[in-house]
Amino acid sequence: MSGAKLDRRKVVTALLERRGELLVVAGLGSSAWDCTAAGDHPLTFPLWGAMGSACMIGLGLALAQPRRRVLVVTGDGEMLMGLGSLATIAAQRPGNLVIVVLDNERYGETGMQKTHTAYGTDLAAIATACGFARAEIVRSSPQVAGMRAGIHRAKGPLFYQVKVASDPDPLVLPPRDGAYLKHRFRDALLGRSPATDSVTDSVTD
Amino acid sequence: MQRKTSRTPAGAAAADWPGAIYRALKSHRVAQVSYVPDAGHKRLIELCHADRGMTAVPLTTEEEGIGLAAGAWLGGQRAALLMQSSGVGNCINALTLSANCGFPLLMVVTLRGEWGEFNPWQIRTRQATPDALRLGGVRTLRLERAEDALDTVTAAAKLAFEGYGAVAVLIAQRLIGTKSFGEEP
Repeated sequence: MSGAKLDRRKVVTALLERRGELLVVAGLGSSAWDCTAAGDHPLTFPLWGAMGSACMIGLGLALAQPRRRVLVVTGDGEMLMGLGSLATIAAQRPGNLVIVVLDNERYGETGMQKTHTAYGTDLAAIATACGFARAEIVRSSPQVAGMRAGIHRAKGPLFYQVKVASDPDPLVLPPRDGAYLKHRFRDALLGRSPATDSVTDSVTD
Repeated sequence: MQRKTSRTPAGAAAADWPGAIYRALKSHRVAQVSYVPDAGHKRLIELCHADRGMTAVPLTTEEEGIGLAAGAWLGGQRAALLMQSSGVGNCINALTLSANCGFPLLMVVTLRGEWGEFNPWQIRTRQATPDALRLGGVRTLRLERAEDALDTVTAAAKLAFEGYGAVAVLIAQRLIGTKSFGEEP
């Protein structure tokens, strides 16, 4: 079974190559390393903590930037810690938000302990029940192509639970300084120096 | 846990302090307002839902609002987070977003359990609230009188959005009114 599972690095690279104007939030741990391995980018905000917050950061960003596509890439453990956020997101119905959960059924940073998905928790079914526009389990390469199309074009909120292998990958770490990550993201998105926040905000609403 | 509070007749006759808080949020261009409800926030929540220039976001648990505020700021918007004191403890780990990244954070917290409270569970969480916020790196401003609502929330918003800080306005239970099951509709 595990031999048939997708390679998480190849999946993330397929999703992020030629990413256009995509805004990305990466959950802590392997998901952040995967996004960094695909190419560190100022419009990727990788987390090193605040476990369970990735989807809500994505929601705040999607509401603030309704004309941009927002992608949250996170793991099954991180998603499980913030399950309630799926209900919160579905209640808002952001058409530009996509959640991709790289589900290796393990807590990868802490000794590969099984997560609840290994015991049968169906995250896509939870997202469907919460009211996501579409929620799928992705197991094959052709489905990855469809997921990429959905990320860039389909009306959200969308949820993809990608069953990936649990083999270890080389560590590729993003910057750790949270203030730097925040400033570079806002600079790249809003086109202004972080020193002029109040000016920036005055033109956003 | 019981999470409802009803205003006393004396409180109902007081000035419209929820409206004053709403005006302070508007004047600071707060565009996303998230909440886990408290009866003390009832009118403010209604005002935010009715405002087409605001997105009101009901949460399943308070820490979701910390992430939402961070994402809003990344996208160029300002957010505020409404809760009661029993929800502050839920936020501890998420508060690392403010501490590590310097995300502005404006919380408006109704204090249950300090004035005529009959629910001992609320009293314990109220006691821990200021220390929990302090340990999470959040400064606090206390609001005790209706006529101070506009100034206090305005000052907190400046600390948050112009000083890049994490700030909580703590609303005294005496201002909100104490809970009585007998007064429930």
